[in-house]
Amino acid sequence: MEWFKKNREGVAGGEKKEIPKGLWTKCESCGEIIFVRELEKNRWVCPKCNYHFRIRFSDYLELLTDPDTWKEYDRNITSADPLRFKDSKRYPDRIREARKKTSLTDAVVCGTGKIGGRAVSVAVMDFSFIGGSMGSVVGEKIARAIERALERKIPLIIVSCSGGARMQEGILSLMQMAKTSALLAQLQKKNLPFISVLTNPTTAGVMASYASLGDVIIAEPKALLGFAGPRVIAQTIGQELPPGFQSSEFFLEHGFVDMICERKELRRTINLLLEYFSGNGSPRA
Amino acid sequence: MNGYLDFEKPIVELEKKIADIRDFATGESVELSREIAALEKKLERLQKEIYSKLTRWQRVQLARHPKRPTASDYIKAWMTDFVELHGDRGFADDHAVITGLGKLDNLKLLVVAQEKGKDTKEKLHHNFGMMHPEGYRKALRTMQLAARFGLPILVLIDTPGAFPGVGAEERGQAEAIARNLREMAVLPVPIVVVILGEGASGGALGVGIGDRILMLENAWYSVISPEGCAAILWRDSEKKEEAAEALKLASFDLLEMGIIDKILPEPLGGAHRDPKKTFETAKTEVLAAFGELSVLPPEERLLHRIEKYRSMGRYTVDPELEELPSPVAGPEANQ
Repeated sequence: MEWFKKNREGVAGGEKKEIPKGLWTKCESCGEIIFVRELEKNRWVCPKCNYHFRIRFSDYLELLTDPDTWKEYDRNITSADPLRFKDSKRYPDRIREARKKTSLTDAVVCGTGKIGGRAVSVAVMDFSFIGGSMGSVVGEKIARAIERALERKIPLIIVSCSGGARMQEGILSLMQMAKTSALLAQLQKKNLPFISVLTNPTTAGVMASYASLGDVIIAEPKALLGFAGPRVIAQTIGQELPPGFQSSEFFLEHGFVDMICERKELRRTINLLLEYFSGNGSPRA
Repeated sequence: MNGYLDFEKPIVELEKKIADIRDFATGESVELSREIAALEKKLERLQKEIYSKLTRWQRVQLARHPKRPTASDYIKAWMTDFVELHGDRGFADDHAVITGLGKLDNLKLLVVAQEKGKDTKEKLHHNFGMMHPEGYRKALRTMQLAARFGLPILVLIDTPGAFPGVGAEERGQAEAIARNLREMAVLPVPIVVVILGEGASGGALGVGIGDRILMLENAWYSVISPEGCAAILWRDSEKKEEAAEALKLASFDLLEMGIIDKILPEPLGGAHRDPKKTFETAKTEVLAAFGELSVLPPEERLLHRIEKYRSMGRYTVDPELEELPSPVAGPEANQ
């Protein structure tokens, strides 16, 4: 768990001032010039406009799980190249480059940890690995995370961040939607809670499978959420899209997420929900 | 399109030539039957040659052929006493999907069928087979109804995709599809899915979970359409032929990958060349599939269904990956 320690030290000791490069950075949303250390302390949320910078899976783990409780699983699962897919690049080269860039083995990291002392099965997606796209590896790791929740009778938390299914694995990527959703049916039957956290962006195949199936669905503010891509929709209807379309706020208004939760409140909120779902300690009526 | 596809041009030209000679022979009362017979033989050879080595893109074109039979043709040809059921009980009746009770020989069942429509008026009425959330909810409502009365479910798939529009997003296209995936996985009655033409991504899968997946020979089924894939990965939707090849979206690809259970053969040149024969072949296979499923105890059938989807995907396990250096935290955008 080397990376995790390093991350913790980084947050506490400010060791990683090279990321972002320089002491100051510009908010991607409002353009405000922000002192990086201040941004970091604020969980990468712009102090002026509340824009939530996209963060790595490790930041979420650090944010959500109790210290020294995280144990990663299935890090050794990697993509085959079932279609021998090649566009401008060969798919195995794309995987190799993504691995080098991110030190991840694919777009999701799964394991177990504790939140407020309660054991949980956790999966966190990471957009930096080929746009957080879901192929066989992501599907398999999510499936195993669900099975860990089932076996240990513990809640499941998935933090999604994905552009959808991974084209380079064709139909096999599509089938990961079916695979993960079928297992979630088992989880539901056993009354184990599943909290789905949607971050910027969560769209297409991931949104149309496990991300939408949480017992409680929490979105970070102003995330892009939806099924079809905004460009495709604009083309279809032949006009500009209404402002705020396909945002977390839009999803809340239309009834498809339970709440929008700021990053600094995420842990407390999930902790509370888990407390509620643990019941009153007496046999259920 | 003139009723034929570009690659069919040599066939159409030869067919025309034969017809012309025939007309001439009749008009002039000359005996040309030997010439005609020779040309017909040549035509047969040509057809075999062209249709036996279709590229994936050519198959996509056949799957979209304007004369290709649509779901309602199969319902008409197959079913008796059909009673259509409408509406999702929440918002609307989505005409892109036809749901109803009917009899396939003596088997009472529910049909869920994506319908594209034939002429312009019908196509608009059926929204070109592109379902909205209310369509997925209508399908689920009727499937759960069928399950309560022990009626098996037959799903006919033919869609260029779930509808990408403002209303569809407002009403939760993603949620509707996701819910169907979860609920269809545990529906206690047999489900047979037939991919008739186009199986475009989540739009198809959203009603496409089943115990047996059958696919017409020239149908396609993929995570994304060839044009969509080309536009994103090649940044040029004209690269659709390359994309179709790369995506491995043809029936034989899917059989090889274990995604479908059986290919339903089409007449030479596609289903539209002999719809009646297509209906007959497909019907036999559909009935056989229901027959196989009906002998399994429900619990076992459900277990098989879930295990089938659980096992889908291809990956490798590489112990060396445990040793990868640790990722660094920070905002992704600044990597």
